[in-house]
Amino acid sequence: MQQLPNERGRFGDFGGRYVPETLMPAILELEQAYVRARQDRAFQAEFAGYLKRFVGRPTSLYFAERLTKRLGGARIYLKREDLCHTGAHKINNSIGQALLAIRMKKKRVIAEPGAGQLGVATATAAAMFGLSCEIYMGTEDMQRQALNVFRMRLLGATVTGVEAGSRTLKDAINEAMRDWTTNVRTTNYILGSVLGPHPYPMMIRDFQSVIGREARKQVLALEGKLPDYLVACVGGGSNSIGLFHAFLKDRRVKMVGVEAAGLGIESGKHAARFAGGKPGVLHGTMTYLLQDDDGQINLTHSVSAGLDYAAVGPEHSYYHDAGRIHYTSATDDEAMAAFDLLAREEGIVPALESAHAVAEVVKLAPKLKKRQVVIVNLSGRGDKDVQQVARIKGVSL
Amino acid sequence: MSNRIDQTFARLNAKGQKALVTYIMAGDPSLQETETLVLEVEKAGADVIELGVPFSDPIADGPVIQAAAERALRGGASLRKILRTVASLRTRTQVPLVLMAYYNTVHAMGEAAFCRQAAEAGVDGLIVPDMPPEEAGPLEGPAAATGLQLIYLLAPTSTPARRTMVARRCRGFVYYVSLTGITGAKLTNLGDVRRNVDKIRRATDVPVAVGFGIATPQDAAQVAGIADGVIVGSAIVRQIGEHQQDPRMPERIGQFARSLKSAMAGSAASPA
Repeated sequence: MQQLPNERGRFGDFGGRYVPETLMPAILELEQAYVRARQDRAFQAEFAGYLKRFVGRPTSLYFAERLTKRLGGARIYLKREDLCHTGAHKINNSIGQALLAIRMKKKRVIAEPGAGQLGVATATAAAMFGLSCEIYMGTEDMQRQALNVFRMRLLGATVTGVEAGSRTLKDAINEAMRDWTTNVRTTNYILGSVLGPHPYPMMIRDFQSVIGREARKQVLALEGKLPDYLVACVGGGSNSIGLFHAFLKDRRVKMVGVEAAGLGIESGKHAARFAGGKPGVLHGTMTYLLQDDDGQINLTHSVSAGLDYAAVGPEHSYYHDAGRIHYTSATDDEAMAAFDLLAREEGIVPALESAHAVAEVVKLAPKLKKRQVVIVNLSGRGDKDVQQVARIKGVSL
Repeated sequence: MSNRIDQTFARLNAKGQKALVTYIMAGDPSLQETETLVLEVEKAGADVIELGVPFSDPIADGPVIQAAAERALRGGASLRKILRTVASLRTRTQVPLVLMAYYNTVHAMGEAAFCRQAAEAGVDGLIVPDMPPEEAGPLEGPAAATGLQLIYLLAPTSTPARRTMVARRCRGFVYYVSLTGITGAKLTNLGDVRRNVDKIRRATDVPVAVGFGIATPQDAAQVAGIADGVIVGSAIVRQIGEHQQDPRMPERIGQFARSLKSAMAGSAASPA
């Protein structure tokens, strides 16, 4: 398999660097710094050290015995990214990018978390490394993620609400890119997912690919064979590419990415880019987008803030068109049902994002043979979503 | 030299004058009013007119232009309709018209189809703020074939190597971004602007216009002492937004453009 992306940051037709000139020098500087760090054993050892001692890696690959029995098909394993420090895989990336910021002698980091997990992870990494940290969030997301907003402030970050547009992730990204454009000399932009201009999709994939490297080793030890299926939710797509990447060359391992179908694809209120989108450019990259015929970006909907975004990572677009990864979607209702199921059957409250992956397993596992193996990435825990779930269920706390 | 942009800069240069480039968001508040505004600012002395193509996620722009884009989109503006507006304007004016469009709006129409239709409508130049020359491959061929001039941006952060590369690929004029920030920010460091414009001039013979942060006749006069063109955007767009209910809005904008132009004339006459 060829090396992806190429030197221009392209995954086939996708990716690239569509940014204002003011940012181009910073993007090129970041790429140079990352390419050096990537080959530097000291950097890699430092990164691995923090992942082990601070994040608590490796996370376990857990056999979900009761869920397996209940669904009556394939053997289901959960890759427990919910056990990472701060409660989701996002911290892997935040640590990596904070380390890089320090190498580049930048003392300030900014981020724009949709689900808030990235904000908590970035605020955490910034606190640990002594960097100043500003978080941009749409005010709609701030309301959905009030608990995480408070956690970020506890960790010393400044959280700035964005009132523009739909007041969700894409508006926060617009604002963060403007901040970066203005403060580019002192600030590193910690992008949360495999999105944005090159080198972000490559760099964040690399930082998250520890998930799949661990899972591959763990499943071989536990089952003596590779899994038949990998399942993960796809917002920007960092937890999914993180799990999938180490298995891409294993042609017999099937991969399923699960997008948010919101209120249903036909309702138009969803975030399923492969079901309802076409290629275009948003926030620095060429990829599948939810947009109208004039190229205006559509508003998206999902019960899960982390999946509620109009673009998908460009590497996913490449593997979608190449047919290597299959993409499907789960509705809000299916995700909520999976959320309840995992809590009751396994004693694990998943993030609403991860519940979309579990919802796909609920459909998939019963169709498979009992000796087949499915790994689902439990990308985060659901503590952050408890308030919202209570609201949806009409329970006042 | 058949292009209206080149002719305009050459004509002004021969007279020792600087170009006033005014930006208005096409379709704000309606495309019909955009036609009126274009004719009004031309009459007031604008030498080149930039027409913004509204986009839902304008990352290079500040709140003033984003709000204008939202108004234009609510009013139903689209790139296709804007090209029809340009064609209609071309029956009444020969002022150079430059579209400023985010890449996705052009991509959605198709790069080659866009260039053909834009050139047929009478568009002279194109600025794509989120497209550095490295990503211009699909546009450069069709643009050159149809005579559409691709104008790139240079910024205070651009390295010397990029300054040379970008400047040499600009057609029509080089758009120098006066500050490290977004449209509508405040211009503070004229010394840096002068040094950078001088460096760009050493890389290319194409005229250099300066934009971002130029809000008052005084700003315009100062920048006219430095560059070949002065680009005013947010200050005009803000007034269009504030006075959109006022039937005399186009005249007010015309008066503002006239005040910019006369301040620039005063400056160009005095030794720089």
